[in-house]
Amino acid sequence: MTPPTPAPTAVGAQAPPERAERSGPPRARRRSSRAPGWIRRASLPYLLLLPALALELLVHLVPMVIGVVMSFKTLTQFYIRDWTTAPWSGFDNYRISVDFSAPVGKDLLDSFVTTCLFTVASVALCWLLGTAAAVFMQESFRGRGLLRALFLVPYALPVYAAVITWAFMFQRDNGLVNHVLHDQLGLGGDRAFWLIGDNSFYALLTVSVWKGWPFAFLIVTAGLQNIPKELYEAAAIDGAGVWQQIRRITLPSLRPVNQVLVLVLFLWTFNDFNTPYVLFGRSAPKAADLVSIHIYQSSFVTWNFGTGAAMSVLLVLFLLVVTGGYLLLTSRGRKSADV
Amino acid sequence: MSSPSPTAPPRSFVWSRRIFLTLLTGFVLLPVYVMASSSLKPLQDVSGRFRWLPSGLTVRPYLDIWKTVPLAKYFVNSLIVAGAATVLSVVVAVFAAYAVSRYRFRGKRVFTVTVLSTQMFPGILFLLPLFLIFVNVGNTTGVALYGSRGGLILTYLTFSLPFSIWMLIGYLDSVPRDLDEAAMVDGCGPLGALFRVVVPAAIPGIVAVAVYAFMTAWGEVLFASVMTNDTTRTLAVGLQGYATQNDVYWNQVMAASLVVSLPVVAGFLLLQRYLVAGLTAGAVK
Repeated sequence: MTPPTPAPTAVGAQAPPERAERSGPPRARRRSSRAPGWIRRASLPYLLLLPALALELLVHLVPMVIGVVMSFKTLTQFYIRDWTTAPWSGFDNYRISVDFSAPVGKDLLDSFVTTCLFTVASVALCWLLGTAAAVFMQESFRGRGLLRALFLVPYALPVYAAVITWAFMFQRDNGLVNHVLHDQLGLGGDRAFWLIGDNSFYALLTVSVWKGWPFAFLIVTAGLQNIPKELYEAAAIDGAGVWQQIRRITLPSLRPVNQVLVLVLFLWTFNDFNTPYVLFGRSAPKAADLVSIHIYQSSFVTWNFGTGAAMSVLLVLFLLVVTGGYLLLTSRGRKSADV
Repeated sequence: MSSPSPTAPPRSFVWSRRIFLTLLTGFVLLPVYVMASSSLKPLQDVSGRFRWLPSGLTVRPYLDIWKTVPLAKYFVNSLIVAGAATVLSVVVAVFAAYAVSRYRFRGKRVFTVTVLSTQMFPGILFLLPLFLIFVNVGNTTGVALYGSRGGLILTYLTFSLPFSIWMLIGYLDSVPRDLDEAAMVDGCGPLGALFRVVVPAAIPGIVAVAVYAFMTAWGEVLFASVMTNDTTRTLAVGLQGYATQNDVYWNQVMAASLVVSLPVVAGFLLLQRYLVAGLTAGAVK
């Protein structure tokens, strides 16, 4: 057989390991030459990992380190061509970011608080809808397969296509939402603006939940399949009804799944850029000014990358602390539950 | 699947289920209905007060979308970028997952944790530095990464990589080791075993990973908005071309949204079972 077809296309970032591997198979027979074979076998896993590692380093880890360096520089558009020449500024960027009495710091704080509120609300609703749907659909009924496929559509749709549709629905004069609320239900006096002003928070939340809950549904559905049926049978024999079974068996059994799910939902929602960006365009209204958008704007609109980098670093520190604390708390809970 | 309880559920449960699932279906399908119905409406239907039913059906929006903005160009760009990122990501992920699944080596845990943890960082954190790196690499070496498809491919490839590796480890673990051992006894090297035995046996999983990688690249907006220029613009940014003009042709926006969604939604729904198994394996383990 010829070498695998994907290999030629993969030449580039990972050329060296590829070549080393391709020369491997013919000589890799057992007992041919012991020492090189042994070395080859020991280094093979590392060679296999090399492309993935190199790419992660190049696109994620190195830029992160550079980002930290950038946050200590005065990096305006004049230094873009060669960022290393930008003058050092010590902790100035950080000082500006957290000086809550000045506009920059105050805006960042507002944006941060908005993001926290938004994230908590969105994660809670996603989890609730996902879990309820999964539990209701645990037992087979007619049309369940079709419904399951339908429920995954928001997850499968490209973000921009889905969100732009929502933006249309939220239009003040020709959107569906105002048509239903104002024309059909006769609520409120004037047609409301949904994409500017305070209402934008709820518009964003709606879209975010619509897009996010199917993932919770997926994960919880999978988690439900791991619950042994004997548990339900035993409970039914003991006379527990469906509602009681859900409360006593289903929800407690989902605990480990929920621990991962909530963390993933939290990180995705908190860092979400695509939804607000497509929904509001480059300038998000204050009520829906998520921190990702905020940093993007303060970098690419004002062309001050140093302050943007400092804000990013602060954001990551926050996420690290929250994630670390969460993992510590939940794993401790899990351990004591096991005992 | 069989019902967990031997007795039929009570009416309260059945009715709650019916009401809840009906409402939820409505919520889920509402935008899909708006997208599909508005894409067939004449312009006056979408610029005036919203109408549930079109006053007349027309396919004009589907013909006009290609002229209002260069949608075909964006489409091709998206196909190239997402396609290349998918192929590369799958190849790299298969190698890495094979190593983790079949070998014991020092640093294995560190590797999986590190790779997965890159998922938690906000894109905005490395967007700015990556942008600068691309610009500077272009200035010093002449290799244009900023504004090129290559730069975007490289970036997207790493976006799907962590989850792809994670999913594939699960799939490869489920391929019996006896298979590759038998292949090695027959004279295959470890890589021969990987490509002749393990990869064919894990094809459903690999296809699922490919769909996931494609979806990720097809739907990304942030990096596309910064890293592309007029010639390399992808759909994620190009679609906003209809919306930033003075007159928004909402029927065309909806038609274009539908057209760009079809490839991924169709792929996802066709391969749903494999994808769902892969996506959920990690969390449930």
